Amino acid sequence: MSVRHALLALLSEGPKYGLQLRQEFEARTGEVWPLNVGQVYTTLQRLERDGLVEADDTVEEGPQKGFHITTEGQAELSNWLRTPPDLSSPPRDELVIKVMVAFRMPGVDAHEVIQVHRRYLVQLMQQWTRLKEDESRFDLNFALVVDAELFRLDSLIRWLDTADGRLKRAAMEGEAMAPQSFPLPKARRKVGVKQ
Amino acid sequence: MSLLELRDISKVYGEGAAEVHALQRIDLSVEAGSLVAVMGSSGSGKSTLLTIAGSLEDPSSGEVYVDGRALSSLSRNGKAQLRRQSIGYVFQDYNLLAGLSAVENVSLPLELDGVAARKAQAAALESLENFGLKDRASHYPDQLSGGERQRVAIARAVVGNRRLLLADEPSGALDSNNAEAVMRLLLAACHRGMAAVVVTHDAQLASWADRVVFLRDGRVVDQTLPVESPEALLADLPNQ
Repeated sequence: MSVRHALLALLSEGPKYGLQLRQEFEARTGEVWPLNVGQVYTTLQRLERDGLVEADDTVEEGPQKGFHITTEGQAELSNWLRTPPDLSSPPRDELVIKVMVAFRMPGVDAHEVIQVHRRYLVQLMQQWTRLKEDESRFDLNFALVVDAELFRLDSLIRWLDTADGRLKRAAMEGEAMAPQSFPLPKARRKVGVKQ
Repeated sequence: MSLLELRDISKVYGEGAAEVHALQRIDLSVEAGSLVAVMGSSGSGKSTLLTIAGSLEDPSSGEVYVDGRALSSLSRNGKAQLRRQSIGYVFQDYNLLAGLSAVENVSLPLELDGVAARKAQAAALESLENFGLKDRASHYPDQLSGGERQRVAIARAVVGNRRLLLADEPSGALDSNNAEAVMRLLLAACHRGMAAVVVTHDAQLASWADRVVFLRDGRVVDQTLPVESPEALLADLPNQ
């Protein structure tokens, strides 16, 4: 998610000043994506330069300086909301590579390697789920962020389970264990907060 | 003292070449107030573990203790009584009786155990109310959604003074929101002092547990460490 579009989204609700934007950004992301005030002002300057927001001229530079979104900014935001993120190429996933290597490495029990990662991921999921248990802090935004992380980790565990099953079947069917060349995913997908 | 303890449990089906070792030397104890998840793929032995823990099946060797009582020391009737009084079961397909209303399904185990019908019904209604189902008490299973049916099944599993809750893929047929609601109810039962074992292949479900035990080919191969504080997750995020 880009800070640029997050700020445009906040400004689409009405004019706001810089410090307020920072506070609301953190509140909306359940404080999971903290933002420093420098990032806010740098981004606002760029948005202003691009004609997507306009500053309130009546107030001098500083935390009380207000901003509002322009028509171009509204259009940019609307376009961004409907543009799917680039998921077309698989990431170069370290976990995938480790399991592939473990399967081909003599003397290594790939099932044991898979279990090490499975346990770690389940433990991480337990921690995220503990955050859900505390309903006092659990507003809608925070719930969405925690759910997204749980589903991401869950998908990795499902992949590990499937890999485990495939390796077991391959061993039963006597697939040759000699090293082979195998394709590694090439592209890495960018995730997280972009400036 | 553990509410459930499995000591050196093995289970073998068949003989000779057809012999299948469903469980091999399992040790597991579950304290009051704690939720333990048993994770494993199909055929790993997790459902067998649950049926043996719940005295629905005998182990080939080893001993099961429920609330301090060795199951091998109990007669058939003694086990049936223990199941009615101390153990609640939750299954993926709910196992509600189609010809009984929600409140009748929940009160049935109490009535079978000799509780007067009026008293059993009052306890059943209270249990349904705890699960937000008071206004569905007179509905029959086919008039309830999947999530509601499972909540009725959990209400039935915890009604009375049951102390041990055993659940087999309790949210397997539910969407993720209903699955989460089911796990919150199971966790709440544990917070009230029950011990629970949930067997599942679903990591989202298992992540509600205090401890996750991993089963593979009938053996416990691993388990999670005590859950760390989740605050560390927030502190470690980028852009602090």
